[in-house]
Amino acid sequence: MELRFTEEEIAFRQEVRAFIRGNLPAKTLERMRLGYPPTKSDVVTWQRILNKKGWATYKWPQEYGGQAWSPTMRMIFQDENMLAHAPEVNSFNITMIGPVLIQFGTPEQKERFIAPTANLDIWWCQGFSEPGSGSDLASLKTSAVLDGDHYVVNGQKIWTSTAHHADWIFALVRTNPQARKPQEGISFLLIDMKTPGITVRPIISIDGSHHFNEVFFDDVRVPVTQRVYEENKGWDVAKFLLGNERTGIARLGKSMARLEDIRELSPHLRNHGAPLLDDKLQRERVASLEIRAKALEITQLRVVAKMMQQSDGKPDPFSSLLKIKGGELGQDTSELIMDAVGPLAMPQWAKELDLLNRESGENEPPIGPDYAGFAAGPYLMHRASSIAGGTTEIQKNILNKAVLRL
Amino acid sequence: MDFELTEDQRLLNDSVSRLLADRYAFDARRGYIKSAQGWSQEMWEKYAELGLLGLPFPEEYGGFGGGAVDIMMVMEAFGRSLVVEPFLATVVLGGSAIKYAGNEAQKGEILPQIVDGSLKLGWAHGEQQARYDLTDVLTTATKDGSGWVLEGAKSVVLHGDCADMLVVSARTGGDRMDKEGLTLFLVPANTPGVARRGYAMRDGTRAAEISLSTVKLGPEAVLGTVGDAYGIIERVTQAGIAAFAAETVGACEAAHTMTLDYLRTRVQFGRPIGTNQVLQHKAADMLIEVEQARSMAMLAAMMVDEEDAAERTRNISMAKVGVGQSGRFVTQNSVQLHGGIGMTEEYAVGHYFRRVMVFEHSWGDSAYHLGLLADQVG
Repeated sequence: MELRFTEEEIAFRQEVRAFIRGNLPAKTLERMRLGYPPTKSDVVTWQRILNKKGWATYKWPQEYGGQAWSPTMRMIFQDENMLAHAPEVNSFNITMIGPVLIQFGTPEQKERFIAPTANLDIWWCQGFSEPGSGSDLASLKTSAVLDGDHYVVNGQKIWTSTAHHADWIFALVRTNPQARKPQEGISFLLIDMKTPGITVRPIISIDGSHHFNEVFFDDVRVPVTQRVYEENKGWDVAKFLLGNERTGIARLGKSMARLEDIRELSPHLRNHGAPLLDDKLQRERVASLEIRAKALEITQLRVVAKMMQQSDGKPDPFSSLLKIKGGELGQDTSELIMDAVGPLAMPQWAKELDLLNRESGENEPPIGPDYAGFAAGPYLMHRASSIAGGTTEIQKNILNKAVLRL
Repeated sequence: MDFELTEDQRLLNDSVSRLLADRYAFDARRGYIKSAQGWSQEMWEKYAELGLLGLPFPEEYGGFGGGAVDIMMVMEAFGRSLVVEPFLATVVLGGSAIKYAGNEAQKGEILPQIVDGSLKLGWAHGEQQARYDLTDVLTTATKDGSGWVLEGAKSVVLHGDCADMLVVSARTGGDRMDKEGLTLFLVPANTPGVARRGYAMRDGTRAAEISLSTVKLGPEAVLGTVGDAYGIIERVTQAGIAAFAAETVGACEAAHTMTLDYLRTRVQFGRPIGTNQVLQHKAADMLIEVEQARSMAMLAAMMVDEEDAAERTRNISMAKVGVGQSGRFVTQNSVQLHGGIGMTEEYAVGHYFRRVMVFEHSWGDSAYHLGLLADQVG
């Protein structure tokens, strides 16, 4: 056992850091540093830069453009990206549909989709949740009825992240309403968002941003060749997708970046007549968050190492642990930043100045200090960390079923 | 000790609740927020008709001679309905400043106009560099003949964009962090040199950044004693904390009620999610926190008129911590138990969550007041 980094790992960290510093567009860096969500073009541009280098798809098998990186190197890469305020690659492409196509796709599907998925020439979104099917995902009702060589899809998806940016959606649909168990009547379809009959309606989040959507399907015709894996076996695909390497889910680097940010902010933030971190109460708060981050860092490495050893493709129940603890850390570090900025975090500066989701920041001069503009946004959006992708309550049920067996 | 309401208070409570039930459904509120000024003039006039705008002022100025408990009741009701009109800014903050510091002429002129709804006030004390430190004032007032010239900037002035008159704190002496040397001025918002940039807060209420550039005032603009305003600033802030704490309790109560309804009606895995014991326990914890917060809001209300400044300050800090921590717990969990729908702009629970967030970050968050209290331990 060795918890210190090797010289090779330190060199790798420096290589990654230098690459990001040399290639991340300045405008993207500035927006991300201030806590604004990346724009679509920020993500596309950055993913293409990484893909050219062979780094966008490092998690994929090597024959599909993956890297032979150790668990530690993977973690170093993720952390450095987040610490450097680089946008995340589109996880629907890289962590979800890419590995699904590699595992389950037909040769034609692979040929058609894998390269553009890696390069973000296709922006994917995920059509899983429905209004009546959140935690109980398998009860989903969106139907797909076979009509010749097409399925006709009708129904509604909700909480579809970035559907308004997406070129394609991968969706779970019900192909057999009579199945013995709800899980057994579901299929996994790839659907072009330009197909007639699809409507996207925005859902504005409590931070004022447009991230989620409702997607309506009204007699949408989908070629049978766009079904992944067997009919009525879509649940197996979904389970693979959700259990597939999810270590990135802890977003540990983001939390660690905030613990750096607080040190930079402190001199600007007055507390009892002195810089914020002169206050022992505040320093203890930072220190206890750092302890939690450290523990999670090591646990994450252990989970990645274990998952890389086993090749059966089965989800590791400990990814639930990473999701729970990583989500909590994200919530609590973003709360730390908001609390630090305090009263100046409360105005909706960005909304008033129409800066949110804009490609360029040039508008009226900002009112407050630049760090205040989006200090509450990540806190508000992070409430979803314990809801989206399986609530914390559901994650604990998974741990119970798989590990505790109570 | 008596927790019973008087007959008058019960009547007041009923009429406020009825008005809001009729006119302040969530969709109606959305309409008020979307209007140009961000709140409803019509509702403002209704509050005046009901006597709410004169609640804490003596009868000789047209008020109703009520106290902090009356304000508490109204604010709780406002919290339940997420009221966005400038009541806190005008009646509680600005009104308290006039009540505590005004001379007869100032009270006689201003208070009746608050009562009848024709004058709105803004409490322009906070500054960008100050965070929560009440003494951290860089705005200056220098003598100009018999009058004064103000220079500086004020930050996150609640409803500062619509106020007709601002109560501005400025340094007439002392250094940046000194309690001594602070003075309050009454500044009509249309005075040359006053510039305002209004914006929405995270919870949809309005506020403004205000810059003061060579703002010339006559000697009659001084509110209270020159150089001796710190005690007033503290009292106004504490009245604000007590009122906003009550509003927070109302918001928490409503968010909890909504959550219980959701637990009863949202079906997953073939049964209401409220049948899960883990969620029942969470809802029970929330109930406990709502009631603990209510107790602390009562403490704050009872302390507003306490003459012993140290006792008042200590207890209001305790209430600020208690309501702040409970409020975070209740509203964060309200969002959690609702799941995705709690994350949306179109659903009320996220608005309660943000209203309570704004309370927590007004006049010192829980950590700030805990720090003040910790210094007194031992």
